[in-house]
Parts: sequence; structure tokens; C-alpha cells
Amino acid sequence: MISPGDRLSPPLPRRRFVEVLLGGGFLATVVAFVYPVLQYLIPPKEADLGSDSVVAGRTGELKPNSGKIFRFGNRPGILIRTSSGEYRAMSAICTHLSCTVQYRDDMQHVWCACHNGHYDLNGKNIAGPPPRPLELFEAQVRGDEIFVRRRRET
Amino acid sequence: MSRLRNVRNWLDERFGWEDLIAPLRKKTVPLHRLSYWYFLGGITLFLFVVQVLTGILLLLYYRPGANEAFESVQYIMTQVRFGWLIRSIHSWSANLMIFTAFAHMFSVLFLKAYRKPRELTWVSGVILLFLVMGFGFSGYLLPWNTLAFFATKVGTEITGQVPIIGKPLMIFLRGGEDVTGATLTRFFGFHVAVLPGLATALILVHLLLVQRLGISVPPKLEVEWTANPSAKREMKFFPNFMLREMMAWYVALGVLGLLAAVFPWNLGVKADPFVSAPAGIKPEWYFLFMFQTLKLIPPKLWFIDGEVLGVLAFGAIALLWLLLPFLESNNTSRTKRWITGAAVFALAYMAGMTIYGHFAQ
Ligand code: FES
Repeated sequence: MISPGDRLSPPLPRRRFVEVLLGGGFLATVVAFVYPVLQYLIPPKEADLGSDSVVAGRTGELKPNSGKIFRFGNRPGILIRTSSGEYRAMSAICTHLSCTVQYRDDMQHVWCACHNGHYDLNGKNIAGPPPRPLELFEAQVRGDEIFVRRRRET
Repeated sequence: MSRLRNVRNWLDERFGWEDLIAPLRKKTVPLHRLSYWYFLGGITLFLFVVQVLTGILLLLYYRPGANEAFESVQYIMTQVRFGWLIRSIHSWSANLMIFTAFAHMFSVLFLKAYRKPRELTWVSGVILLFLVMGFGFSGYLLPWNTLAFFATKVGTEITGQVPIIGKPLMIFLRGGEDVTGATLTRFFGFHVAVLPGLATALILVHLLLVQRLGISVPPKLEVEWTANPSAKREMKFFPNFMLREMMAWYVALGVLGLLAAVFPWNLGVKADPFVSAPAGIKPEWYFLFMFQTLKLIPPKLWFIDGEVLGVLAFGAIALLWLLLPFLESNNTSRTKRWITGAAVFALAYMAGMTIYGHFAQ
């Protein structure tokens, strides 16, 4: 007895071949469409406007025990003049969930309004949810301008 | 009247109109003392339609982009005739819709309408609820005011906490490392194209399933009715229940108009990335319970970040919630009670945390 299945068996490898070819072709087409779309969805890296040094303000602009936000490239930084007249600069992006911090003259330190995070004047996280200190920058007075720059890694 | 019948006949000949609405004519709605809960899904749908219509109207004047979004909303609210009303209705309706969607979900949970064979209806419904929250999240940023700016910053940053996929996901959402005009453009795209498309498709599936499977009856009643078929009471969906439903929509519309007119939604202050976050930043009320929970988890638990743990926990709960009908093993009353218990707890937790979050500083 020959069952219909047996009769089909000789051409089967050829059939498999066609299936694989078709399947593979289809898969390749899908990949060829999906890959560019996925890549398209990823935003291009913004060139970090690599400012390593910016003018954050002018002397006389800040009175002692106050602070202001300045642009450090495309990120905010905070420039503080302590009660003793010293300048401090650090990143203004809270290390908790990246809100912008502010200087509180009543507490004489840095505060984040979003979830009540506190940092001291060295950027150290001292209370609240922030897990890490703020990046501390170098502030230098040159003439009547206050230069801020990133610290060199040591 | 005969005119109308003529039109109907004309349509019927060309379209098979009668066949199309035949299932609706056959459909019945069970009548019992909890029948009122059946309105919630319909009201949510109605509010969705309101959202689509007012959304389209807002699109005529709104411009996405960091330099014009705020101004265009301001323009809508001050220059365009009735613009304030349209925007106010859009905002209020969004909030009401999220509320009714949640209420609908909990009513389904307590009436046990998710049981076999309605598992897929539940799954599609829960995904719709997530989409609705996505609408809320993406729409919140569009006026580009300070509160929205920081809420989006915090919200996307929380996404970034998820291990491995978090960071790429955050960059995908933000359209870069930070929340900028690029984020606004993306959220606009999600809000007016991606989400509406997905939501519409899913709503159709959801309604189709409801149509196919009929309306569920609470288990106790079901037992009673099968034991004693003469006790069974139901109402025709079309037109009887439909008319009641439309009355409910009318009431919803009234409430909406009242809220929108008496408490117009305000716009706030334009976002500026170089200004410190104002005090008292809080997300919209429907995210508040999660926000408050994350706030209560200590920053470090053992060796993992508290945030990360919280985010993972919420993700796991969302997944379990989605698969809830499959967790209920066949009819042992133990699991049933367990699920009701979980639902009561979830409801109490969400309500409690929302109120707590509202009053916490
Ligand atoms: S973002 Fe600063 S404390 Fe949370």
C-alpha cells in the first residue's frame, strides 16, 4: 500500500528548500524594515556643547548668601556666594530625579524642591532622597567675571 | 416618519443594515440591584469621544515646540473664542475619564466579570487603562509649563531607574538625555497619533468581546438564576438600555460642562530649563499613589536603590493585574476571596496614598 504521504516524500526536500527560501526572504524583509525604524526612534546624540569653562556671572551680581542658576553648556549649574563671600559652583541637576535645585538663604545650603533633598555647600547630599553628591565645579574670579569649569579628573 | 423608513430601506438594501444591528437587538443586559455599575464602561467611552473631538479642536491652534507650545495654549485660552472652554473641557474630561476607567475596572473586579470566558476582555481593558494613563502623562507636558516640565522630568527619570532597559527607554521617551523641545515633540506625537491609534483599535476589540460574550452577571446571581430560570430578569440593550446609557452620558456632559465652566483649567508659568524647580511639585492625582509610595521607600534597601525596587514592584504588580483572571484557579472559593481581598486592599491603598500624597508637603 502506498499512502498519499509516501508519494509526496521524494519532492519534500525541494519543498522545504522553497519554504526556507520564502521564510528567510520574508524575515529579511521584516528586518530590513524594522531595523531602520528602530534606529530612527533613537535620538541622535547631541554634541555636548563641550563648554568646559563658562562665565557664570559677574562679581557684584550676587550678594553674600545667595545663589543663581547659570547655563553650563546645555545643563543648568548653580553659582553660590556663601555668607563669607566665597564663590561655589556645582551642577544644579538633583541626583535624585534630576529636578533643578536652588539655593536657600534661610538654610544656607542647596535644596531641591521636588522631594525635599538637601546638599551642603560642597555639593554633598546631606538629607532627603538624593543618593549622590552634586558634581562640584571650580569657580574662579578673573577680573569682574566669575569663571566656572569642570574639575579635572584626578 | 415614512421618509426615515425610506432611508432605512435604502440603506438596508445596499448595506444589509438590519443584519448589522441584529446582534445589538438580540443583546440583553441583566437587571439586578447592581446594574448601575454597567454604566461606567459606557461613560468612559463617551468621555473618550469627547476627548477625541475636543482634541481635534485644540489641534487647530496648538503648536508643539518649546518656543511656541505655551504661547499657543495661551492664545487658545485668551484669543480664540471659547478656546478656554474647549481646553478646560479637554482637561476635565481627561481627568474624569481616568476616574471612570478606574471605577469601571474596580466594578468589574468586584462583580467578578473578568472570569472565564471574559479573560481577554479584562486584558484588553487593563491595557486600555495603561494607555489612558499614557494619554494623561503625555498630554500633561504639552502646555509646556513649569509644573509639567518637572513632572515629566521626574516621571521619565523614574522610567530610567528600571535596570538595563530603563536608560535607553528614558532616552527614547525624552528624545535625548534631557527633557527639551525634542521631548515635547515626541510626547505630542504619542498623544495625538500613536496612543489614539492604539486606543481606538483596542476599544474596538474590547467592545467586540463584550458584544460576543454578552454581559456578565455576578456569580451569586448566576447560581440563583440557573437554579431558578424564572427569576431571571433582563433588559433589551437596544434601544432600552442604550437610552438609559445616553441619559447617563447626558448627565456626564452636564457635569463636564459645569466643571469646565466654573473651574477653568489654568495654565501656570512657562517652563524654563534654567530655573529652579518650584516647591510643591506633585504629579497628577492618578499618579500620586505611586509617587507617594516611592517617596516612602528609603533611598537604600540592603544594596539596591529604594527607587529601583519600587519601580520594579509596580511593574510586577501591573503585570499581575493584567493577568489576574488567569491567577484565579477553577472556582475554589478560596482564590475568589483572595482576589476580592487583593482588590479591596488595592482600592484602599490607592485611595489612602492619594489622600496622603495630597496633603503631604
Ligand atoms: S529630584 Fe531632587 S529630591 Fe527628588
